[in-house]
Amino acid sequence: MCVGVPMQVVSVDGDFAMTEVDGVKREASLMMLDQEVKVGDFVIVHAGFAISKLDEEEAKATLELMREVYSPELMG
Amino acid sequence: MNYSDVFRDKELVQGLAKRIAELTRGRTEPLVFMEVCGTHTNAIYQFGLRSLLPPEVRLISGPGCPVCVTPNSYLDCAVALCRLPDVIIASFGDMLRVPGSSSSLMEERAKGADIRVVYSPLDAVQLAAKNPDKRVVFLGVGFETTAPTIAGSILAAKAQGLSNYFVLASHKTMPQPMAILSADPELQVDGYICPAHVSAIIGADAYRFLCEEYKVPCVVTGFEPTDVLQGVEMLVRQAIAGESKVEIQYSRVVRWEGNAKAQAMLADVFTPFDAPWRGIGVLPGSGLRIADKYAEFDAELAIPVQVEELKEHKGCLCGEILKGKVAPFDCPLFGGKCTPESPVGACMVSSEGTCAAAYKYGR
Ligand code: SF4
Ligand code: SF4
Repeated sequence: MCVGVPMQVVSVDGDFAMTEVDGVKREASLMMLDQEVKVGDFVIVHAGFAISKLDEEEAKATLELMREVYSPELMG
Repeated sequence: MNYSDVFRDKELVQGLAKRIAELTRGRTEPLVFMEVCGTHTNAIYQFGLRSLLPPEVRLISGPGCPVCVTPNSYLDCAVALCRLPDVIIASFGDMLRVPGSSSSLMEERAKGADIRVVYSPLDAVQLAAKNPDKRVVFLGVGFETTAPTIAGSILAAKAQGLSNYFVLASHKTMPQPMAILSADPELQVDGYICPAHVSAIIGADAYRFLCEEYKVPCVVTGFEPTDVLQGVEMLVRQAIAGESKVEIQYSRVVRWEGNAKAQAMLADVFTPFDAPWRGIGVLPGSGLRIADKYAEFDAELAIPVQVEELKEHKGCLCGEILKGKVAPFDCPLFGGKCTPESPVGACMVSSEGTCAAAYKYGR
């Protein structure tokens, strides 16, 4: 039930954004979001509301760190 | 970037599992970590993460699904409401099949009750706008992720001047049951995999008191296999070092302070109450009901109904499952009398319930 899905913002119209993932489009209310969003941003959408912005830099940093530390060839 | 693919990288998953095994090798007592979100439970079963972990690390499921922890008394009230001729019940899909004392919403719908499944509480508000001669009651369950969306629907209904939209509110908040379980001497929890999207709202700071009072490590992790495993690795490191602090693995979404706007909506529309949890009992201040200021939207006040006598289901171990004390396979009804097609208890109903995940994906 509380599954939030990362979706990309394709347009913003006042309090609502149209978001998309894998070709599926969904309207999301921005009423609950405390960060600015623009077209191209990723947001977590849950039950018709964008609940949080997805920080791409942080996502990349997490992955990079994991790749550095946990890649099997490096760990021997 | 496709977030689900990159965070499922096989090599990373194996590397993480290997590191966890190295860190815990030779321990005589297993480390026990509890996840308290059904989406985590589901991910752990779906990706077979238990089989990747060494025997020195054990994952157990707690009260992670709002559908599962909603007690029969709530469902009985929903059933009584749906029998009124001018009422339309709007709900998330999971609630329909949960058995109440003697009926479920699904059975009532088959008998003619008007029950609609909606994706968003805003759809329920629209339903009310389109059906001015009916009373639309939304079943407001869910943790801090979902509760603000329902607060949003009440604010939207007010802004539209609707007088036929109501919420039967029994939202739950997460940190309290974690505190209760931490204090339970029968349970050994060495760390929590904290819920991801609940934390996006309440912020990771909300778990600090658990670390301080109960000395239990807390890591907020995402839902992908690498997220969960990295979270487990962080918990293992803390446990071995004898530390107990909050860490955020899911930093791409979760901040220490959470979502201030959603928190303000919760504080405006709801007020804490002593909520009953299936299997756990009444926990002081662990629920959110509609604040007096918005009483006109409170189904409980606006549409009083006579509710049947409460009955629990014989033999169902949901209560113990939700406390992490028994596993689904320990329940004598599991897979026989109780299956997702004909569930006896709530844990078998919701796709994120522990019994349902165990049934679908096996051990
Ligand atoms: S409804 Fe599902 S996703 Fe939401 S908290 Fe429960 S189990 Fe987690
Ligand atoms: S298997 Fe069914 S009856 Fe047993 S605890 Fe789970 S939901 Fe309840």
